Amino acid sequence: MKIWDAKYECMPREELEQLQLERLQATLNRAYKNVTFYRKMFHQADIIPENMQNLSGLAKIPFTTKEDLRMNYPYGMFAVPLREVVRVHSSSGTTEKHVVVGYTRNDIKAWTNLVARVMTAAGVTRDDMVQITFSYGLYTGAFGFHYGAEAIGASVIPTGTGNTEKQIMIMQDYKTTALVSTPTYAITLAERMEKLGINPKGLSLRVGLFGGEPLSEAMRGEIETRLDITATDNYGLSEIIGPGVAGECEYKCGMHIFEDAFIPEIVNPLTGEQVPAGSAGELVLTTLTKEAFPMIRYRTGDITSLVYAPCECGRTMIRMNKTMGRSDDMFIIKGVNVYPSQIKTVLAAIVGMEPHYQIVVDRKGARDLLEVHIEAVEGIFFDEMKKQKAFLEMVEKKLRSVIGVGAAVKLVAPNTIFRHEGTTGRVIDKRKI
Amino acid sequence: MLKVKNINTYYGKLHALKNISLHVGAGEIVALIGANGAGKTTILNTISAVTPPVNGEIHFGGALINDLSPDGVVRCGISQVPEGRQIFKPFSVDDNIELGAFLRFRAGEKRKEITQDKETVYALFPQLQERRKQLAGTLSGGEQQMLAIGRALMAKPKLLLLDEPAMGLSPILVQEIFRVIEELRRQQGTSILLVEQNARVALKVADRGYVLETGKVILEETASELLANKDVQRAYLGKDKKEIWER
Repeated sequence: MKIWDAKYECMPREELEQLQLERLQATLNRAYKNVTFYRKMFHQADIIPENMQNLSGLAKIPFTTKEDLRMNYPYGMFAVPLREVVRVHSSSGTTEKHVVVGYTRNDIKAWTNLVARVMTAAGVTRDDMVQITFSYGLYTGAFGFHYGAEAIGASVIPTGTGNTEKQIMIMQDYKTTALVSTPTYAITLAERMEKLGINPKGLSLRVGLFGGEPLSEAMRGEIETRLDITATDNYGLSEIIGPGVAGECEYKCGMHIFEDAFIPEIVNPLTGEQVPAGSAGELVLTTLTKEAFPMIRYRTGDITSLVYAPCECGRTMIRMNKTMGRSDDMFIIKGVNVYPSQIKTVLAAIVGMEPHYQIVVDRKGARDLLEVHIEAVEGIFFDEMKKQKAFLEMVEKKLRSVIGVGAAVKLVAPNTIFRHEGTTGRVIDKRKI
Repeated sequence: MLKVKNINTYYGKLHALKNISLHVGAGEIVALIGANGAGKTTILNTISAVTPPVNGEIHFGGALINDLSPDGVVRCGISQVPEGRQIFKPFSVDDNIELGAFLRFRAGEKRKEITQDKETVYALFPQLQERRKQLAGTLSGGEQQMLAIGRALMAKPKLLLLDEPAMGLSPILVQEIFRVIEELRRQQGTSILLVEQNARVALKVADRGYVLETGKVILEETASELLANKDVQRAYLGKDKKEIWER
């Protein structure tokens, strides 16, 4: 399959590291010179940016957090005068004070190129009709994909959000071949088509690029069968650039991070220390080419791990696994970091769909206890006690192998667990109460 | 081709280069942009071992060349065209050109080959051919610059370090010099590291550039991005001078 920017995407590691060092040094010097926040930060940490000699030296620099960005609302983190900014976006956060990010003309160009890489890796070509169902507004998603698709030479259908039936009509009549949406909306589209008696296999649709929320393997499978397309995952966040930070290639074995533009690190969310290569932790990103809004060691809050093994596609850029949740959701049991999404993935794999479940953490004496309550549904509820016991033991064994600590699994009556959105509120930690 | 990592150079106590890292790929034209005293010429002089670095690494074609003497650097394929040409004024044009092959004579290379290369240089600069017997000091500024480049080429460099080739030249001559620079890359695949006050002209021929400020790199981008960068425009392209945004 085609690679959009082979010079960089397939750059030998040694050359890439030189380029990263050059760009990191320039970024630190520029941020120090132009951003008051960073100048203060370097002074407080007693770091002279021009002394940075290697990529591992990055670990000595303090983090930039979302709180820092909020404190500098709206333009405090900008590294160029406002008159050089040709666009502002803001993060899609739900909190009252969001984060404002800016782009120079060069930033928009670089962003376009990065998203073109993601889309080319997903299989989009100049012959595609790309329907973008993200909101065109303060949110970065729609514009990023819009530019990327145009750069490739594909035809963009900027439908924006909502009006599902019209979306489907456009999809049929305009002969959409590529869909850009959230995974949830793709399922909504499939469901509506079923209701309207439209066979998705009769459409021209062949690829889907999903963002806005993690694309679980279960969801990917469902979308791929129901819409009869190839679905790829990609990663990005407004604070860093929007979409275009990382994307899956045709092998779907993790998202290639565009390391010529971003340096990824994985840190322990509690201590802030870098974790051993390949272990899970919070993703921290440093931008290397951003002019208007450079970010140094930005804590994304997303939990993932990096894959260093070479990829068959020929790209030399390392990959990140699907995000397993937010660092804020993490809890510690018996000294082991556990993410609710790990438990979710195990349950979904066993049950075949995501059951309703609740995680309960408690302490008896000095011992931490972990319980997972699952609502009984057909398929996991057995009349025979023996079978039921065997099933629960099997779930417990699987959980232990994935999360590393033992958990007691219980079945509870249907509709007794509060309905949560995503993984928030999944955990009841009685140790704190 | 050329890979520079964290070089630090001092003039006495003055810290002139602070952890400079840069690279020049094969057949690439790279420009160094910056104000007077930013360290542009020092970078070239450090690479050519005229002012060796205190620490850091300079790799060329995979080999570490930090500890080479200036003539050793020329031998491994790097030639510098110094600022102000520095030609031998009382000598003829022809002699100046031949002097560029000094190390090749020393190494016992055949006269025939060197003469052949001389003709290649004259083909590149027909104006010099007409004046080959003339004393170098009597040439115009533009011709002297061509002579300095021609002399450097006689060492058959894989990388040419060019220091302010457009300085003091009329716009037409500047164009002519840069035409030759592009020609060199096209014909012989020579890599070029270019220092130039005239940022606009330099960025028009360059592939990439580094912006320097007080001995530090503050920006690395493609030449077209640098031309579009407002900061670069304001500081080095003479645009947009007065207006500075108040924070």
